[in-house]
Amino acid sequence: MNLLEVRNLRVAYGAIEALKGISLEVREGEILTLIGGNGAGKTTTLRTISGLLKPVAGDILFQGDSLLKYRPHEIVQKGIIHVPEGRRVFARMTVQENLEMGAYVRSDKDGIAEDMEKVFTLFPRLKERRNQLAGTLSGGEQQMLAIGRALMSRPRVLLMDEPSMGLAPVLVEEIFDTIRELNQKQGLTILLVEQNAHMALQIAHRGYVIETGRIRLHGTAKELSTNPEVQKAYLGG
Amino acid sequence: MVSARTARWRVRLRHLSGTDVALWLIGALLLAMVLIGSYKSLQAGRYTTRQWLDFIIFGLAQGGVYALIALGYTMVYGVLQMINFAHGEVFMSGPFTAYFVARALDKAGYFDSYPILSLAIVFVVAMAVSTFVAVVLELVAYRPLRGAPRLVPLITAIGASFFLQYTFRGLYGSGVKAYPDIELLQGTWSLGPVVIQKTLVVVFIAAIVLLVGLYLFVQHTKIGKGIRAVAEDQQAAALMGVNVDRMVSMTFAVGGAGAGAAGVLYALIFKQVHFFMGFIPGIKAFTAAVLGGIGNIPGAMLGGLFLGVFESLGPSLFLEGLGVPAPYQLKDAIAFTMLVLVLIFRPTGILGERIAKRA
Ligand SMILES: Nc1ncnc2c1ncn2[C@@H]1O[C@H](COP(=O)(O)OP(=O)(O)OP(=O)(O)O)[C@@H](O)[C@H]1O
Ligand SMILES: [Mg+2]
Repeated sequence: MNLLEVRNLRVAYGAIEALKGISLEVREGEILTLIGGNGAGKTTTLRTISGLLKPVAGDILFQGDSLLKYRPHEIVQKGIIHVPEGRRVFARMTVQENLEMGAYVRSDKDGIAEDMEKVFTLFPRLKERRNQLAGTLSGGEQQMLAIGRALMSRPRVLLMDEPSMGLAPVLVEEIFDTIRELNQKQGLTILLVEQNAHMALQIAHRGYVIETGRIRLHGTAKELSTNPEVQKAYLGG
Repeated sequence: MVSARTARWRVRLRHLSGTDVALWLIGALLLAMVLIGSYKSLQAGRYTTRQWLDFIIFGLAQGGVYALIALGYTMVYGVLQMINFAHGEVFMSGPFTAYFVARALDKAGYFDSYPILSLAIVFVVAMAVSTFVAVVLELVAYRPLRGAPRLVPLITAIGASFFLQYTFRGLYGSGVKAYPDIELLQGTWSLGPVVIQKTLVVVFIAAIVLLVGLYLFVQHTKIGKGIRAVAEDQQAAALMGVNVDRMVSMTFAVGGAGAGAAGVLYALIFKQVHFFMGFIPGIKAFTAAVLGGIGNIPGAMLGGLFLGVFESLGPSLFLEGLGVPAPYQLKDAIAFTMLVLVLIFRPTGILGERIAKRA
């Protein structure tokens, strides 16, 4: 079943059309990856789903309900959480306060405390630094915090924008293992945007390839990773 | 061979422009004047220790008022990166309206029979009115301009400032209204050899209590955290489910409440209110906010207290020592000189941005 569906989405920045009519479906329980190069329109897609950008045309459906009428915070209330490009943690707040911000839409104190412990189990390094200002964390730790913060809302769908950006290969490995684990153990549905096609296709079930605002190809992760075009353009083969 | 350090200095010197040099000279000159003036005044010994203490206590009380107003400037700047130049009028609106309540309570003799309750009522009315004015101001005058070039809301703010002044003048008249004397706050307390005016002590303590309360609100409540998140990264806050528009309203509400309370404290010190009363304290509090680093809440509080004391000591401390004929007339000039100096030499203020955001 399609949990999230993007239909013929067109988005423009002034006169520049960044998305020229893209469609994609995210099925319940899967990791779907959207891969593409610089400026392809990946971030624009996620920002439009989150309500930060208004499309010129097209529609976005969550469980059949159009999201276009909602404001960003209302979309979060529906369970669609966006881990933004560049992490965007609150630098002047502590690690713990950042996690509390993640639970902003919730008010069940016990549940929040429980989920915070879960995040700390997932990322023990955050627990050691819970009273440290987020601005003083390393890039990898900030990415962990950004993911942990998103999990604090108990999401239905997680939108992740280039979690591998700027991280050392070991850390990328670690973050991707976590993403896979979240999907397998908790059944979390994930839309993963990546330039690192190699890593993304390893953990994703299906994928779409986006180029200059259009979907070029889509298929299962296996199909894409053996596709000669994809290999040539994105897998360095 | 020249050492690396000398070389670095040479490079710096070469980049130094004439204006920089002139500015630093002016700065050094003013500092020297303050120091020389203070030295001469202290040498002359015209004031007793008790009098100096009086100046300091008055400065602290007045500074507490500045700090409470400054909170609104700094929080609004933190969230919207704009200077709400109508904040002085937000400050005026509360105590000006509450004056009528205070007068009624006074006439009914409530200030004598239930002084604390009556004062509390005056505070609540003033804070409610200022909060309301601040929130409506944002909704009507600033919200439609969000995303417009920065100069646009600034000009609107100045317009709003005049609009509010003349609206309240129209409502309540242009005369100066005298706040009733409150028996409870008259007279002095003596702590050993030190004799202090009750009003000043009460104003100072009330200001500190309110400042601490508002600070704790911003630090620890859910709304406070939402405000801080929006101040730091509006979009990231929205992605956490924070209703950004609501937090902007809340910011104006908190700033308005602080300003309204400050207004009553101001009226307790100076015993009068009028439609123009927000102008000077508004600019002073803005100075305090800039001094502490605009956008920084503890900075605004410290800046307010510092400015209050500095300004209270200034005329007799260094202006008189310099032989200025009418030092007290120049009191206001101290704050404005300070504002200009801070803007030139340290625009980030004393507590400036402490943490640079890491990529
Ligand atoms: N705020 C903006 N104003 C104008 N144009 C923009 C803006 N943001 C993005 N664009 C343009 O829209 C297009 C798509 O950008 P987008 O950020 O969605 O790409 P991306 O796939 O996320 O790229 P990257 O992998 O580099 O993050 C690009 O051509 C970009 O220049
Ligand atoms: Mg991007």
